[in-house]
Amino acid sequence: MNASPRRRRHQWVVYVALLPMFVTVLFAYLGTVLWSVRISLSSSRTFPADDFVGLSQYARLFNTERWLLSLHNVVLFGVLFIAACLVLGFLLAVFIDQKVRAEDILRTVFLYPFAMSFVATGLVWQWVLNPQLGIQATVRRFGFEDFAFNWIVDQDKVMYTIVVAAVWQASGLVMALMLAGLRGIDEEIWKAARIDGIPRWRVYFSIVLPMLGPSVATAFVLLAVAVVKLFDAVVAMTQGGPGIASEVPAKFIMDYLFGRANIGLASAASTVMLLTVLALLAPWLHSRSRRARAAGRAAQ
Amino acid sequence: MFKVKRMVLCVVAAACASTAVQAAGIKAEVIHWWTSGGESAAIKEFATAYNAAGGEWVDSAVAGGDNARAAAINRIVGGTPPTAAQFNTSKQFHDVIKEGKLNNVDDVAAKEGWDKLLAAPIIDSIKIDGHYYAVPVNIHMPAWFWYSKAAFKKAGIAAEPKTIDEFFAALDKLKAAGVVPLALGGQPWQESLTFAAVLAHVGGPDVYLKYFKDRDANVVNSAEFKKVLATFKRLHDYVDPGSPGRNWNDATAMVITGKAGVQIMGDWAKGEFAAADQSAGKDFGCFPGFGAHSPYIIAGDVFVFPKTSDPEALKAQKLLATTMTSPAVQVRFNNKKGSIPMRTDVDTSSMDICAQEGIKIMKDKSRQLPNPEMLISPDTNGAVTDAVTKIWNNNQSVEDAAKALAAAIKT
Repeated sequence: MNASPRRRRHQWVVYVALLPMFVTVLFAYLGTVLWSVRISLSSSRTFPADDFVGLSQYARLFNTERWLLSLHNVVLFGVLFIAACLVLGFLLAVFIDQKVRAEDILRTVFLYPFAMSFVATGLVWQWVLNPQLGIQATVRRFGFEDFAFNWIVDQDKVMYTIVVAAVWQASGLVMALMLAGLRGIDEEIWKAARIDGIPRWRVYFSIVLPMLGPSVATAFVLLAVAVVKLFDAVVAMTQGGPGIASEVPAKFIMDYLFGRANIGLASAASTVMLLTVLALLAPWLHSRSRRARAAGRAAQ
Repeated sequence: MFKVKRMVLCVVAAACASTAVQAAGIKAEVIHWWTSGGESAAIKEFATAYNAAGGEWVDSAVAGGDNARAAAINRIVGGTPPTAAQFNTSKQFHDVIKEGKLNNVDDVAAKEGWDKLLAAPIIDSIKIDGHYYAVPVNIHMPAWFWYSKAAFKKAGIAAEPKTIDEFFAALDKLKAAGVVPLALGGQPWQESLTFAAVLAHVGGPDVYLKYFKDRDANVVNSAEFKKVLATFKRLHDYVDPGSPGRNWNDATAMVITGKAGVQIMGDWAKGEFAAADQSAGKDFGCFPGFGAHSPYIIAGDVFVFPKTSDPEALKAQKLLATTMTSPAVQVRFNNKKGSIPMRTDVDTSSMDICAQEGIKIMKDKSRQLPNPEMLISPDTNGAVTDAVTKIWNNNQSVEDAAKALAAAIKT
């Protein structure tokens, strides 16, 4: 099918409108990415340097215990955080979809944490979890002297407290996305299922959930982005401590970029993060574009 | 209606402001990070003095030291530098000197006789290749021992400890009396300054300098260094479980309320005591170390002057340097800041007993010890801090700890 002249002119206007965005992407994003990669191959400290030192910044990076621990932490956080948010968000959405009373209020309550800055709520979490101020102290005051809940000061458990706080914040968003998806499901499906006598949970699990695919994918992408840039929660709750137990890559990069005046190492670290994200995204993008092409062929 | 009124007000205000600009003298834009109550009162002393000397102070406060320094460096790189920018008395600005982006203040230094006036560690930090590149404005001692008189009385401690053993005996007594012996905010920088204090007082200045100044990785194998590490680990038994992540001022509050006995913290903590209406010598005590010859760790702040050829800006930079270092302004500024003047030839009568003791000690050159940041780059300091915080929070053996510190000082 040939495009009509009118349609072509229309497209031309679209491209012009997109031009500022295109220029921004080219210079502000791609340009700075390339610049970071270049800096990561130099011996830059406070100021960018012009020399080439090969991969020595990367060698130092992967000999730094704190960086390796940061990677370990962000993977642990990512798996738990995304899984918990998706499950909890879905359950909350299903709960609200039961046409409960006061739906508006509940929806607001669940979504509210997402509307607040983590810098503020993280501090509240820090106090709640602090063994001498928060839950542990309160329960002990009620007479349970042996009660212990000191995860935030525990080397091995501190990451879980950050997961809990982050899930509290983000699951409301997942709920909103899933709820929008649920509301888009045709009533006829429910009627058909009822006639066939299929239990409700089974309908949700085997029919509704697969239909929510796009909502789940959107939620997943948003959560994955939150994992990579995890910073504010850690800074507000633990500052990477106790010791270096809750350090994460974004905080490593920020520390070296400013406080430690080593933009070479910071750039190397951010390049590693970028490559990791690309490595994770590439298969997904590839399969999606293949599916889109297949769909395009089918439509012809 | 309301909007119109507001607009009129704005216009009037702008007009007033612009007349003020015309009336005032040499404009100086100063980037600094002194934003808390006591700090902004202190910097206001500089601003007032500068305006009185015929200048016009343009305040450019950026909250947080890292952010303020990043802002200053970005503007220097971008070619629109401020007239002056704050750094710590350290190696933080040495890269900027190497790039040739700072003006020196040799004129002022020569006129005031800085070679004789300033403490040697400060000269080492600001005089590079024979030129002075920064104006020191204060001396902070980052590791004073602050203690609650009430808590010491409750625990039956009669006198300030004179040795490290007496110190541990006091901590034991505090523990027995049901007081948290050591108030520590478990954040890396606070653990790190505690380590520096233990290294200076238990290891002694020689071991301290061998590690931080000569960056001699072998020193970690010496018996003295091992004793430092053991002592550092031993202190961990005297902090409360809520310590990790606590802010320094929350730890000071524990001493103020008598919930805790001792805090090792810089003299900026005095601001917290003052805000709680406590006075030195009456409600709380201070000692800089153990005994009459203990080392006195020196830190502080400086202002640097980015390179410019604008004659007005050059005039402003000179006027700033002269004003900030004049004796009367030094005393007024430092009394508000909690630090002591960068010169010892000042009238100490208006200072509290801790500051007076500090000034007295500063006259004895053998007791002056530069803080780690003056001796190692921010990058190396970061690596050492990472190692120290790990030692403090993990059950690391003394051998592993020594190995980690040896590797860190070599980065």
